[in-house]
Amino acid sequence: MVLNRNAVLELQDAPMTAVKGRSLWADARARFFRNKAATLSLVVLVLLGVFSIFGGLIAQYERDYVDFTLIGSNAYLGVPSIETGHYFGTDSSGRDLYARVVQGTAISLMVGIIGAVVAVVVGTLYGATAGYFGGRLDNIMMRTVDVLMSIPFMFVLILMLVIFGRSIFMLFVGIGLISWLDMARIARGQTLSLKNKEFVEVAIATGVHPLKIILRHIVPNLLGIVVVYATLLIPSLIIFESFISFLGLGVQEPNTSLGALISEGAEQMQYGLTWQLYFPIAFFIITIFAFFFVGDGLRDALDPKDR
Amino acid sequence: MALLDVKNLSVTFDTPDGQVEAVKGINLSIAPGECLGIVGESGSGKSQTMMAIMGLLARNGRASGSAMFNGREMLNVSVSEANQIRGADVAMIFQDPLTSLTPHLTVGQQMREVLDAHKSMSSSAARALCLDWLERVRIPEAKHRIDQYPHQLSGGMRQRVMIAMAMLCSPKLLIADEPTTALDVTVQAEILDLMANLQKEENTAIALITHDMGVVARMCDRVSVMRYGEYVEEGPIDDLFHNPKHDYTRMLLDAMPRIDQPHETAQVPVQHDETILNVKDMNVRFDIRVSGGLFGKTVPLRAVDGISFDLARGETLGIVGESGCGKSTLARAVLQLVPPTTGSVLWMGRETAGLDRQAMKPLRKDLQIVFQDPLASLNPRMTIAASIAEPLKTFQPELSSNERMSKIAEMMERVGLDRNMINRYPHELSGGQNQRVGIARAMINRPELVICDEAVSALDVSIQAQIVALLKELQADMGLSLMFISHDLSVVRDISHRIMVLYLGRVVEIADRDTIYKNPVHPYTKSLISAVPIPDPRIERTRPRIQLPGELPSPLDPGAGLRFLPSKRASDPSYRPQLTEVAPGHWVAEHDTLEEIMDAEERRLAG
Repeated sequence: MVLNRNAVLELQDAPMTAVKGRSLWADARARFFRNKAATLSLVVLVLLGVFSIFGGLIAQYERDYVDFTLIGSNAYLGVPSIETGHYFGTDSSGRDLYARVVQGTAISLMVGIIGAVVAVVVGTLYGATAGYFGGRLDNIMMRTVDVLMSIPFMFVLILMLVIFGRSIFMLFVGIGLISWLDMARIARGQTLSLKNKEFVEVAIATGVHPLKIILRHIVPNLLGIVVVYATLLIPSLIIFESFISFLGLGVQEPNTSLGALISEGAEQMQYGLTWQLYFPIAFFIITIFAFFFVGDGLRDALDPKDR
Repeated sequence: MALLDVKNLSVTFDTPDGQVEAVKGINLSIAPGECLGIVGESGSGKSQTMMAIMGLLARNGRASGSAMFNGREMLNVSVSEANQIRGADVAMIFQDPLTSLTPHLTVGQQMREVLDAHKSMSSSAARALCLDWLERVRIPEAKHRIDQYPHQLSGGMRQRVMIAMAMLCSPKLLIADEPTTALDVTVQAEILDLMANLQKEENTAIALITHDMGVVARMCDRVSVMRYGEYVEEGPIDDLFHNPKHDYTRMLLDAMPRIDQPHETAQVPVQHDETILNVKDMNVRFDIRVSGGLFGKTVPLRAVDGISFDLARGETLGIVGESGCGKSTLARAVLQLVPPTTGSVLWMGRETAGLDRQAMKPLRKDLQIVFQDPLASLNPRMTIAASIAEPLKTFQPELSSNERMSKIAEMMERVGLDRNMINRYPHELSGGQNQRVGIARAMINRPELVICDEAVSALDVSIQAQIVALLKELQADMGLSLMFISHDLSVVRDISHRIMVLYLGRVVEIADRDTIYKNPVHPYTKSLISAVPIPDPRIERTRPRIQLPGELPSPLDPGAGLRFLPSKRASDPSYRPQLTEVAPGHWVAEHDTLEEIMDAEERRLAG
């Protein structure tokens, strides 16, 4: 025993010159960064994120400060200009559009990202559990998903916003409720093919606990497809939120989102105050495009065989 | 004059990691009516050579050099030019008959496609020609089969259809890329005989790509041995087998397990007095849904049908049989991965059949399994150390991470892996290395029984020999018992103490290893053994072969179990042949004589 202990200690002292392995993730990362459009889009997304967090610091006005001196003279005094400090001009009520775009971008990104996180966490675990255990549990879990999916969510969400009051929180609840359903189906399908793989069988034969098998063997192998789906889900959630806000539900004054800003801008178009539309729409399109390119890049990077 | 004359052929692939030279300037020639064997291990470039000649390289591949077929250049020509030769003068058979036939076309339609491309024939003449060829490749009831879809045919039958399709335009050269690797030994023997006959009758030259020296010995006139994209040796078959000049050829021939001469290494002593595993009358049934009635009905498929055996400490039991005989199901049922329907499994005197997961868990420490596909049995997202650590984490959670790492490093060195590969991922290792990882994971808790389910079948022969040697060493070290499942009778002979032959879920013969090969009693065992090619052309030419007519029947066929006892079929169709002891320790299932079985089969096929 003592000898053994010494041997163990010696082994610990021996320098471990282990070669660092190249994981599949590292491979995928290398492939991703070879894709120029995707890399550029990722940079754009990071810049947008930085803009939405720190952009407010260089704003000259609070986002809810109404400049009464501008009322009635918006068309010539509220134009975008560096000198007045209204970089993107002002909106119809004389508020600084730059500060509002910063907040709109932040809210839109948040809606997309929170929805995607809910989808990834809840959807993946739910789908993997249903797929792994199979049988009656699978049936109950997946039929529940079917029932939830068959509810027309747009109406339900609008009703919820009307009944419980229009707030960002309600919007998040609504988006969280729908976003994970598709993910659960995707994760379950993948799990069904994974659970018959031999490495899962070995784990069962080794006596590993089923929940550990799901977390250690199933979920990491699902993540590739889940990540791709999540990056493609974010822009569709952003579009969804914009649509709700465009209808006048969703985010409420004085808060705002890109959708709400676009809606306001569209109303002012006929008076020639086009900058009120151009700035939010530019940010919106750039965000969506960047997410789609990143998602495409991830898909190519994670399953190179599919090209 | 040579039919195919290849000069200085190179094939390179552009990959993200740079250029890979798969074939490095080889020369080869095939004379009319000759059979050339191209042998090599995986990655030697033997398939890519032929793919390049046929113009079937993957998009990132480039071929250079020249390949003259009957005086016409075949390399890097336009698709329409290549199509004049492809299918008409040069035909190709692929390894996997499952994927090389289009699933939504009937056999007849697929064969017509070849004729439409190369010959203008009326549809009745074309059909007649197709039928003629299906009969010549000995497909029973060809008239009926020609309108069936590929999934309705067995693997051997599909390969016959592929051969018939390839032969339709009477090609001068037939390229066969591992034509029998995916088939059972008895089917392989029939397909090889068929190809040899066609070669003789039609004077077709054959280029046979294979990794199996036994197949080469049976078929070829000349052999080329390939390694790393180059020819290391080339010559007439007798010279090459009996007087190999290159070390690599010699190594290949030595590593090849031979059914007639097992490699003798130290045998592990068996402690016969101590039985650790006792399986009694085990049955595993799956319900298969078949058509019939409004919603279909279920028919029980007896995957394992009343198997009993026991295993002593330190013993290796070889389990052989063709695909569908229930050998893998048996292994899974012993481990309770598939619950046995009835019967008992006594592990160290304790009943395990029907135990739930919780109750089974402590026993799993001593029961381990190693699977066939080394890459698929490792989680691709985990480092190999993490994979090996899993059983330790489950059964010795009290170990600190340093202790665990040192145990893993020790075990890795024990199975012949370098200690600094600890952070590597499975996709960075070769098949043989990955299988060592699988073995290390199975052995880390010092189990009592390890089941190897085709553990060496997916590996190259040289690696196969190393893994078998490693298993034997570990067995001697730890005194563990092995159940070694394989379809390859020669490998099983090298490693086992006793061998059990399965046929459709039942034991047909069980005896110690030398008895079963030298003195097989059951006709099925005899036909299996005689079907295994021996890597020695002189023996291969003279060896008598026992061939049972017809195909391996489906396990759903109620009369299938009585294939070797046709005399009982009329009186008692549900009878199961019982085992009788013909010599001490040598049990054989009841059977009729070979002549009676042949007669009965022929009568059945005829009528």
